[in-house]
Amino acid sequence: MARFAMVIDTRQCVGCMDCVVACKTENGVPEGFNRDWIVQDVNGVFPTLHMEIRSERCNHCDNPPCVYCCPTGASHVHDLGGVVLVYREKCIGCKACLAACPYDARFIHPDGYADKCTFCIHRVEKGLDPSCVAVCPTYCMYFGDLDDPLSEVSQLLTSRPHHALLPETGTKPHIYYLT
Amino acid sequence: MHELTTTRHNPLIDPTLHVWGWEIPVYLFLGGMVAGIMIISGYFLFSGRHRASTQCSCFQVPLVGLLLLTLGMLALFLDLAHKPFTWRLYTTFEIKSPMSWGAWILILVYPALAAVAALRVPESWRTSFKGKLAGLVSFSERTRASAAATKAIGIVNMLLGGLLGIYTGVLLSALGARPLWSSSILWLLFVISGLSSAAAFAHMIARDPYERVLLAKADNGFLIFELFVFALFFIGLVSTSEVHLRAAELLLSGAFAPTFWVFVIGLGIVIPLIVQLMAVNGTIAHTPVAPILVMGGGLALRFVIVSAGQFSHWMNAHGLPLPF
Repeated sequence: MARFAMVIDTRQCVGCMDCVVACKTENGVPEGFNRDWIVQDVNGVFPTLHMEIRSERCNHCDNPPCVYCCPTGASHVHDLGGVVLVYREKCIGCKACLAACPYDARFIHPDGYADKCTFCIHRVEKGLDPSCVAVCPTYCMYFGDLDDPLSEVSQLLTSRPHHALLPETGTKPHIYYLT
Repeated sequence: MHELTTTRHNPLIDPTLHVWGWEIPVYLFLGGMVAGIMIISGYFLFSGRHRASTQCSCFQVPLVGLLLLTLGMLALFLDLAHKPFTWRLYTTFEIKSPMSWGAWILILVYPALAAVAALRVPESWRTSFKGKLAGLVSFSERTRASAAATKAIGIVNMLLGGLLGIYTGVLLSALGARPLWSSSILWLLFVISGLSSAAAFAHMIARDPYERVLLAKADNGFLIFELFVFALFFIGLVSTSEVHLRAAELLLSGAFAPTFWVFVIGLGIVIPLIVQLMAVNGTIAHTPVAPILVMGGGLALRFVIVSAGQFSHWMNAHGLPLPF
């Protein structure tokens, strides 16, 4: 069983938003909505400040509250790689999953259903990287199988310090940021 | 300092979550009130108190309850963004989803509530429909004549009313991403508030003086207990973690504090409690002002909890560990 994850090197990311544009183009994300976005996180006490630039999206959690709260089973975990997806034709637009996600990664598509990052599953099924990873000009994004100890993502997480977002919420997120 | 700058500006999500507008608080209030109506009517039937008066409000409020529940479900339906697929709720039962539980509970609530309402067909209906309701009248008289049948209906109503009231609270508290809602006693707060609103409504329409006093006393008890549950709710939040503390502060001293203290605590609990205590003691006559304030307070409670809950967020207190 594969377990897909994304690793993003925050020391390489310049926040150019190519990943955002690639996602919108690849997935036809409507104007005014984003499946992925850039966060600039500044922390510390002046003049000793630390800045981290992150490309953020759905964390495809191992313990996904959006899936648990869904009353129709529209939000589900895909067989391939544990990717969290939404069946559009099952979604009633109740917005419980939007409220359940601590990352605010979902939104209501103008057509009425809940929408979010899919890890470009249609590309991954063909053996391609997600579009955001494929276009990154600084090569700071990596996609792969965490269950394979020899995969690039596994190797990076073994060798580099990293963190995930809000691990204290218990969601077991699968986007990792190298620091 | 900790400063986050984001390029995301998704509608209903940013700058703070506001996916649920007026529809959900109205539904939660009406659902909670109907739950209270079922518990109170069920108790009257179960205990046999309904026999003390032919005008017992326990036969009248369920009829209103059916209407209120329908209005609540209409509000819920209006909130859905993908309405043509609403029927999908009834093609599955998702055991981990409180909303799925609620959808199926609502299916059971209607017949239970209708059974109590059918126990006493209003006189005006009998004359208006002239014999067309003969079957219903016969069912009503036969069931009322059987103590076991009325007791059974009472028990089922108390049980389903309890489930309905609990579910309206669990619906929110299951969403751990919103610290204000992640309280294990939010369901109790909503059940008590629902009972209080239902008792206030029954008190307002009760014609029998004995029943009116009984309901006013019960409502006073619910209001006092509600204050106690509020205290526990806040103690739980402020003693959990920083994000929960900040969530509690939203109501205690933050942006939602004026609404909370004035409309929920002051006008919704304390003032009607004083008025009803005076009415029970015979100092003043029973007045519909106190019940109306109680119901208004119940509605304000749902609005405040839903709005402030969406405002509360884990990210607000999140800080990255400094790498130096």
